[in-house]
Amino acid sequence: MNRTLGWLVILGLVAGLVMGFVVAPRDAAQGNVQRIMYVHVPSVLVAYLAFAVVLIASIVYLTTRREAADRIGHASAEVGVLFTGITIASGAIWGKPTWGTWWTWDARLTSVAVLFVMYLGYLLVRGMVDDRERAARYSAVVGIVAALDVPLVHFSVYWWRTLHQPPTMLKPGPSTMPGVFAATLLVNLAALALVYVFLVMKRVRLLRREEEALA
Amino acid sequence: MIYARRAWIVLWKDALAERRSKEALNALFFFTLLLLFIFQFTLGGDRERVSDALPGLLWLGFVLSGLVGLGRAFLTERDHDCWEGLLLSPGDKSAIYLGKLAGNLLLMLLVETIMLVLFGVFFKLDVGRHLPALAGVVVLGTVGFAAVGTLFAAMTAQVRARELLFPVLLLPVLVPVLLGSVKATEAVLAGEGLTAVTHWLKLLAAADAVYVAVGVLTFDAILEG
Repeated sequence: MNRTLGWLVILGLVAGLVMGFVVAPRDAAQGNVQRIMYVHVPSVLVAYLAFAVVLIASIVYLTTRREAADRIGHASAEVGVLFTGITIASGAIWGKPTWGTWWTWDARLTSVAVLFVMYLGYLLVRGMVDDRERAARYSAVVGIVAALDVPLVHFSVYWWRTLHQPPTMLKPGPSTMPGVFAATLLVNLAALALVYVFLVMKRVRLLRREEEALA
Repeated sequence: MIYARRAWIVLWKDALAERRSKEALNALFFFTLLLLFIFQFTLGGDRERVSDALPGLLWLGFVLSGLVGLGRAFLTERDHDCWEGLLLSPGDKSAIYLGKLAGNLLLMLLVETIMLVLFGVFFKLDVGRHLPALAGVVVLGTVGFAAVGTLFAAMTAQVRARELLFPVLLLPVLVPVLLGSVKATEAVLAGEGLTAVTHWLKLLAAADAVYVAVGVLTFDAILEG
């Protein structure tokens, strides 16, 4: 099962690269730089997925106290932070040639950055609380607070006015994106989602082994 | 009814302890005074620059004194071994949270009042002219601030690196409250009134409701120790 998933991940990533570099044409306005979008957009979507999983796992843990839920929350938060980091880094690399700056306090950049530090805090609680069971409870509370904070952060930061281009895919009405671009994006999204599932499964297993070794 | 009484008893206990020791209030008063000095020294004497930054400075002051004041909310319980007492108290534990929150809110609002007066004296902030609107914004922002602060203070009370973990957890979560409060304060001080910033006020109210609700629902899990 695990091995099959591993091969699927590799297959997905290769397909994503081929789509991104070979099949998808060069963007007329932005040139090759635009290809970063195929990593950038899927990464942020996967990060949101990861944090949604953290929220669910946190609620499940607090109500049932099942350690499996705690491990899934822990693993998902780590991978989510990773993908948030990739989002910020790839965005910066794209922003330098396109906007002329690595970083700007634009609405969506800021809200992703806030997300990043919030979940770093979640991982920090894990690291700083020695007692395992207590760490699980505390971080579950942080996981819930952080997730409920996301819409508040989104709106508050949005009202600052924004430089970021408005969402092309997740907006009401028919998409204006040409088919090839959308297909490439979807393939990469599927690939990165697989990477997410794979890493979380690996991490959950590792966490369980660690606990068994300590017990 | 009994629930409200439980919350009230926690508040009364904290208020009484504070009235007798005056530990937090004295220190916080001194701290706010020092903050004003720091603001003045770091920004220099330029009146224009200071008055432009006034709403931000005001909330910076609130946040910094809040980090100091709220962080110690559960330290008496920890230091005097009363944590078990809280745990053993009968009934819904969220009443303890609400009592603590009310106490923290009271403390914060007192400190903020003092700071507003000091800002009036030192930075020529015209508090009197904007008082009702300003008070509304301050209360709305402080409720959210204190609600998460109380929850995280209970959480970090038992942790080794409490002084570090508390602000690191609290500050990112508070971004919406901070943005809303500063923007609303800006509008009030500019004389635009609250009608120009109703969206921010709604956001603050939503944040307050969310934070208090989460605190009530999850406090039980934190109190376990």
